[in-house]
Amino acid sequence: MNNNEKVIDIIGLNKSFTEGRVLTNINLHLVKNENLVILGRSGTGKSVLIKCIVGLEKIDSGSILIFGNDVARMDESELNDVRKKIGFLFQGGALYDSMTIEENLYFPLDRNTPDMSKSEKQAIAEEALENVGLLDARKKMPGELSGGMKKRAGLARTLVLKPEIILYDEPTTGLDPFTSQGISELIMSVKERYKTSAIVVTHDMKSAKNVADRMIIMEKGEILATGTYNELKKYENEVIRGFFN
Amino acid sequence: MYRQKLYDFFSELGKIAVFTGAAVRSFFRMPFESKEFVRQLFQVGYRSLGLISITAFIIGLVLTMQTRPIMQEFGAESWVPSMVFISVLIEIGPVLTALLFAGKVGSRIGAELSSMRVTEQIDAMEVSGIYPMKYLVATRVLATTLMLPLLVFYADFLALLGSYLGYTMHNSIGLWLYILESFEEIRFADLFPATIKTFVFGFFIGILSCYTGYNTNKGAEGVGTATNTAVIMSSLSIFIIDLITVQITSVLF
Repeated sequence: MNNNEKVIDIIGLNKSFTEGRVLTNINLHLVKNENLVILGRSGTGKSVLIKCIVGLEKIDSGSILIFGNDVARMDESELNDVRKKIGFLFQGGALYDSMTIEENLYFPLDRNTPDMSKSEKQAIAEEALENVGLLDARKKMPGELSGGMKKRAGLARTLVLKPEIILYDEPTTGLDPFTSQGISELIMSVKERYKTSAIVVTHDMKSAKNVADRMIIMEKGEILATGTYNELKKYENEVIRGFFN
Repeated sequence: MYRQKLYDFFSELGKIAVFTGAAVRSFFRMPFESKEFVRQLFQVGYRSLGLISITAFIIGLVLTMQTRPIMQEFGAESWVPSMVFISVLIEIGPVLTALLFAGKVGSRIGAELSSMRVTEQIDAMEVSGIYPMKYLVATRVLATTLMLPLLVFYADFLALLGSYLGYTMHNSIGLWLYILESFEEIRFADLFPATIKTFVFGFFIGILSCYTGYNTNKGAEGVGTATNTAVIMSSLSIFIIDLITVQITSVLF
């Protein structure tokens, strides 16, 4: 796979709930080792979009190609195989609250790599925790962690399966500026260390500027503009200007 | 309006049937989540012992205290042990234990799974390639199905002890003789349906509690609603299953 090859390619995606249309004719792609940021106000369908990518939400029409395979037409076992290549960082970390941080990391490892030895699993979990700066907190329960630590632990859990793509859902929402900066740096460091491609959904322009190779701005379920930070800055559209002011 | 309500009712029933099918299929997905299953056996069984012990003992005691004077009037006081025990074994023991179980275990399962749903923990399992029906639902449903019959046997025994205490307040009889008299009128045809229905109660308490928790989608409010609905649906199902079982039993035995 060359560096410009598309790892995700979304074509003509539409999605609606009973309340109405959420996503309209979405076309976007993600290339290898790229960080794509999707910016948009709350309720514009950003989180629904990345949930469609991993099959958590069923789409009405269109296609979502991941490594060339259409997620919308996969059966459960095919979808599970693709999901193992994709990491998903949920807004609140989504840590299993009945397990310690360490157990949270072993949980997907035990089920997805049953043949791996215990010592190998331990080494992978410790490496992931060290990379997110949480090695000392491995015996803690999720309830004992701050919001930022929960997100870092959630990222560590994602990293143990060595995903090729990571989807970040509002990684800096609800965090103070200092912690937000730390999370943005972590996203960049994960990209370097693990050679991942990522889609980052956010409404935080400061974080978006730090992590994005390319940005997409969404409004009312549609893509409004695509480009780099500097390209988008030149737009006169009121919604786009709103993110820069 | 009534048509819509009827449509909603049958639609919900259909969803429960699909969920039940998926849960049953997940029982046979290998490898089995044995560690989680054992944890659930402990959670649903051991943690219910205190409540069931106290209630069953008091029921046995009170039932005997209230029955004895009436039976005495008819000169049939010696029938009290077997009459009370038949009532406990066939109906009061299974239904009362199942209702307590639905309140304690059903609400816990409903709250736990709905909380996991709203905090996206179930989604996190799915995106990691883990099948949550197998880990969360199959283990809980199997645990409630297997543990409720054992708890009912335990409750029957404690009700028998309570009954003995109530009887010996006015009569002198040894415990062993009282137990023998209690079992005197019990036939296999009484015990068998009463035991089978406890498995069915346990299965439906597990399924309905898991269903309400697993399908929550309204944040913190949804957790409260799911917990409440889990108890109501489980309790209601106990009476419906009981009614059906009585009809079947009367035909077969």
